[in-house]
Amino acid sequence: MLEALQFEFMRNALLAGLLASVTCGVIGTLVVVNRIVFISGGIAHAAYGGIGAAFFFGLPYMIGTTGFALLAAVIMAAVTLKARHRSDTVIGVLWAVGMATGVIFLDMAPGYNVDLMSYLFGSILTVPGSDIWLMFGLSIAIILITGYFYNDFLGMSYDEEFAQIRGVPVKFLYFLLLGMIAVSVVMIIRVVGLILVIALLTIPPYIAEKYVKSLLEMMLFSGVLSALFTLTGLWLSYSFNLTSGATIIMVGAAAFFFSILFDHLKSRFSADRNE
Amino acid sequence: MNSFVIEVRDLWFSYNGHSVLKGADFEVPEKGFVALIGPNGGGKTTLLKLMLGLLEPDRGRVRIFGETPRKTMHRIGYVPQEVGVNKSFPISVTDVVLMGRMRTGKIWPGHSQHDRIAAQEVLNRLGMSEYKDRRIGELSGGERQKVLIARAIVNDPEILFLDEPVANVDSKGQSEFYDLLKELNETATVIMVSHDLMVISSYVKSVTCVNRSVHYHDAAEITQEMADMYCCPAELVTHGEFPHRVLRKHEDF
Repeated sequence: MLEALQFEFMRNALLAGLLASVTCGVIGTLVVVNRIVFISGGIAHAAYGGIGAAFFFGLPYMIGTTGFALLAAVIMAAVTLKARHRSDTVIGVLWAVGMATGVIFLDMAPGYNVDLMSYLFGSILTVPGSDIWLMFGLSIAIILITGYFYNDFLGMSYDEEFAQIRGVPVKFLYFLLLGMIAVSVVMIIRVVGLILVIALLTIPPYIAEKYVKSLLEMMLFSGVLSALFTLTGLWLSYSFNLTSGATIIMVGAAAFFFSILFDHLKSRFSADRNE
Repeated sequence: MNSFVIEVRDLWFSYNGHSVLKGADFEVPEKGFVALIGPNGGGKTTLLKLMLGLLEPDRGRVRIFGETPRKTMHRIGYVPQEVGVNKSFPISVTDVVLMGRMRTGKIWPGHSQHDRIAAQEVLNRLGMSEYKDRRIGELSGGERQKVLIARAIVNDPEILFLDEPVANVDSKGQSEFYDLLKELNETATVIMVSHDLMVISSYVKSVTCVNRSVHYHDAAEITQEMADMYCCPAELVTHGEFPHRVLRKHEDF
């Protein structure tokens, strides 16, 4: 692994993985505790429309995709604002429409179409240096915004009605959260791809949630887990010549099942001891 | 100026075309203690949420301290139904209580030292300080209920709204809880949605029957006549050394 770091693409891959892990920790935690995993999936797949649009109009990947994902997020927020847990049909439709838009844009795009697989399963080994800077800026922005509104997000996630009575602008925060999800999703697509983004966004917070006492701890712990999965996955994919995005997810999934097994054995053990 | 802290005028509300409240009209005096009673689905919680400003009425108006609910929400406290709150959420008891002081008279959404002291004091008062660093899901139903009450009163509210506050609390916890409410009622107006007329009759000052239409009775007793006209299959109680129940079911509900 260390000798691999002499390659610039490998150093970029590591940095991209770490930056994506920071956002996974912060935003993934908010996604999991607010139970908006499906909405986030919808935004991620709608972002595919942005990939197509970027090719069609000749825009840089990050700008086209971020713009489209943000648009999808605003629409999702508007339609799900009233009934957050009962909008699955609309989300499903937007999910599909986004992907279809992407495919059609790519059909119509002039010239040779690049390897779509790299967007579906990630292309962490080809992240250019300019994208690293953009990812760095977006990560900082997400941390600052979440830090500033931390108590408001905590209150809204725990008990939205009470937060509203205390004067927390929950509608604004909901739009803000979905917007930040959109930006994070675009970043994470770089690392593990469109299909797997939800796994990296939700597995670390899901594991972390059981062992922490606060939302902040959950964000930190899941950020660390996410970095661990990304680095381990990257190392395995380099050593065994495997697709990096899928390997990262398999590492996360292994940890996920291990944590479930661990909890199960722990509760069995304490039940036995109590008898 | 009048001394009413809550005024509800000709309030109508419907949900998906079904009318839930029809022309509610009453007022609550300062330091009143009102129980909202009525059958399930009769609109008790809806009426409470209209008074809190969480719902907008189709017609009519709610005035809290002479203003719209949204303008005065920093002066009220709210205890929601305990079942509606996520138990597995990673949040400590102290952080739940601190929610009661979010955004009160400050722009920055953080908590000051002053807020933390207030949270500590209210937990002490309720005998909950040993739980302050526990995760909320580790507490029993009764303990969790106390935390929600601590959150509602940490802001020294002038009106306290409670939605079925003792649903998951054992009977010892319930009488402790009602004694606490009585104490709070010395400084604050209390509005409580309840099923449990048996206990509240010795604490409340007035009763509001909610069953689509709303009827306010400025006394803690319900006459047979009122029950016949407006209320549910109710357990009716009056004041006295030995409260007695009148159980009566009506054909029309």
